Amino acid sequence: MDQDIELYYRLRLVREFEDRVSKLHHQGKIPGGVYSGLGQEAVVVGTVYGLKPDDFIFPLHRDLGAFLVKGVDPNILMAQIMGKKAGFSGGRDSFLHAGVLDKGVIGSTSMLASSLPVACGAALKFKIKKEPRVAVAFFGEGASSRGDFHEALNFAGIHKLPVIFVCENNFYAFSTPQTTQMAIEDVADRAAGYGFHGHVCSGNDLFAVMRAMEHAVNQARRGEGPELIECKTYRYSGHSEHDVASYRTKEELIEWESRDPIQRYEFFLEKKGYDAAKIIAETGGKVKAVVDEAVKFAESSPEPEGPEAMEGLYATPV
Amino acid sequence: MELTYIKAINNALRQAMRLDSDVILLGEDIGALGGAFLATEGLLNEFGPERVIDTPISESLINGAAVGLAVAGMRPVAEMQFADFIACGFDQLVNMAATLRYRHGGGAKCPMVVRCPSGSGVRGGLFHSQNPEAWFARVPGLKVVAPATAFDAKGLLIAAIQDDDPVIYFEHKFLYRRIKEDVPEDSYIVPIGKAALRREGGDICFITYGSALYHCLAAADELEKEGVSSEVLDLRTLLPLDKRAIIECARKTGKVLIVHEDRVTGGIGGEVSAIIMENAFEYLDAPVMRLGAKDTHNAFAGPMEEYILPNKEKVLQAARKLAGY
Repeated sequence: MDQDIELYYRLRLVREFEDRVSKLHHQGKIPGGVYSGLGQEAVVVGTVYGLKPDDFIFPLHRDLGAFLVKGVDPNILMAQIMGKKAGFSGGRDSFLHAGVLDKGVIGSTSMLASSLPVACGAALKFKIKKEPRVAVAFFGEGASSRGDFHEALNFAGIHKLPVIFVCENNFYAFSTPQTTQMAIEDVADRAAGYGFHGHVCSGNDLFAVMRAMEHAVNQARRGEGPELIECKTYRYSGHSEHDVASYRTKEELIEWESRDPIQRYEFFLEKKGYDAAKIIAETGGKVKAVVDEAVKFAESSPEPEGPEAMEGLYATPV
Repeated sequence: MELTYIKAINNALRQAMRLDSDVILLGEDIGALGGAFLATEGLLNEFGPERVIDTPISESLINGAAVGLAVAGMRPVAEMQFADFIACGFDQLVNMAATLRYRHGGGAKCPMVVRCPSGSGVRGGLFHSQNPEAWFARVPGLKVVAPATAFDAKGLLIAAIQDDDPVIYFEHKFLYRRIKEDVPEDSYIVPIGKAALRREGGDICFITYGSALYHCLAAADELEKEGVSSEVLDLRTLLPLDKRAIIECARKTGKVLIVHEDRVTGGIGGEVSAIIMENAFEYLDAPVMRLGAKDTHNAFAGPMEEYILPNKEKVLQAARKLAGY
């Protein structure tokens, strides 16, 4: 597939999947919390697309798309989200705390920024064993208030670790606006305090994200250390599907919707001379089929048995 | 060869690192200094700075990086400079490390060890004396060990390093240079999850671990002279507990005194007592008794520390009461 079209396919797949998960949640088919990444698709596609299979990513709760772009099976992902036996964790945890090691996806916890030290550990292994691999850790601007963020960046800077810290700055930590979270405008500024560069880009511009990422990944693979990439973006939904986001204005949402990363990309396709209308329609059909299939698979997958909650605790049971 | 408890730890680390190049150490001041207690003395020289990594004062980073190293295929051994500081790295252990395998598919594993110099009796005050093992001994996914002898210090540490799950290893500071015994030169393991019977007897039973073992053994010698025969069970592993050994002791003697240096309230003793009540109630001739530190902070002044901690005299006093039933 032409790369321009493949990228478009990824963007649309992520959106279709996110959108369907929200709908299924509202229909009561997905229990627990759902944290939509609608509006942030260019960040996950742009950061993960160029990675190699043995690179590690550490996605957070709003990075469902990162799983898909890293090559995780959409059927299994949907089963995971529904808490079914066929999910990665076999129903043992909800949504995105799970990971898929053979795809290089390490699941996080709900304690935000807690995966940043873990990413440093993985990157330290790559460095010690002289493997040209990178670790990519995602976090929101909200997570940059936690100690784990600072401990991790400090350590990564000291050892020039092959780790890329991707900040998805969507301006709200649940309901708390950035101005109440920090006295600075750019989270990227914090990197300077740890001895490496912080780059700011539009998280709704796929190419801006990809360029920043390519630079950071090449630098890391050459052994020249970490980088922080701050992607300014916006989530269309509330913090979770339970959240009506009364703390922000309709005008603000509209302003961001007018900068939609997918429409922006469609404009690019058109300007480049593609038959955009045809590609949009065809891609829409393809991603719908993939997600339909995932839903069908997940819905027909059995629930785990209660006693399976006792399994998977230890690799070496005593 | 004769080794102190701390030298046995050093010896275990050196052997594990020689046998497996994936074993690496990280912690505060463990390199050139060799650790606050010299547990890692000489290891930087032998293995270099890529395998003996001095970290900033960042306990959450240390534990979190250990998880990342483990997931990526290494066998990290992290050091908390004092067990007390583990509170700063708590989340990475109970939420990240302990759940890693559970929430990942495909047989993910997290082979890591966190060494924690713990314990009182060294005039360490509030923040250099703690016994935080009970915080972890109820977390599924973790294993918790607490050796009392130099032999076990080496064998349990090697077992912990070879184990594919996260193991919190509590080493007792008071024992570091006070215990010396013959330890095999070769690498060996003491199995995780197995208690050790340190003394056989029929009248009463002490169930203990860590430095409190020695108060129990000393008390048992005294009691012998008084005509009371005591059994002493050293738990060695606190998660999972060796239930079979605990139940066996209780059934055999019918009188159990649980002794640990950690505080009584919420300590391991409560759990051991419940195991006995649920599995050996009909065999008991007396209520299960507990002796531990008093429910206060680890006060600094000598008379206060003395007052708070269990010792041989306090064990004897409790044991005589128990034997009298």
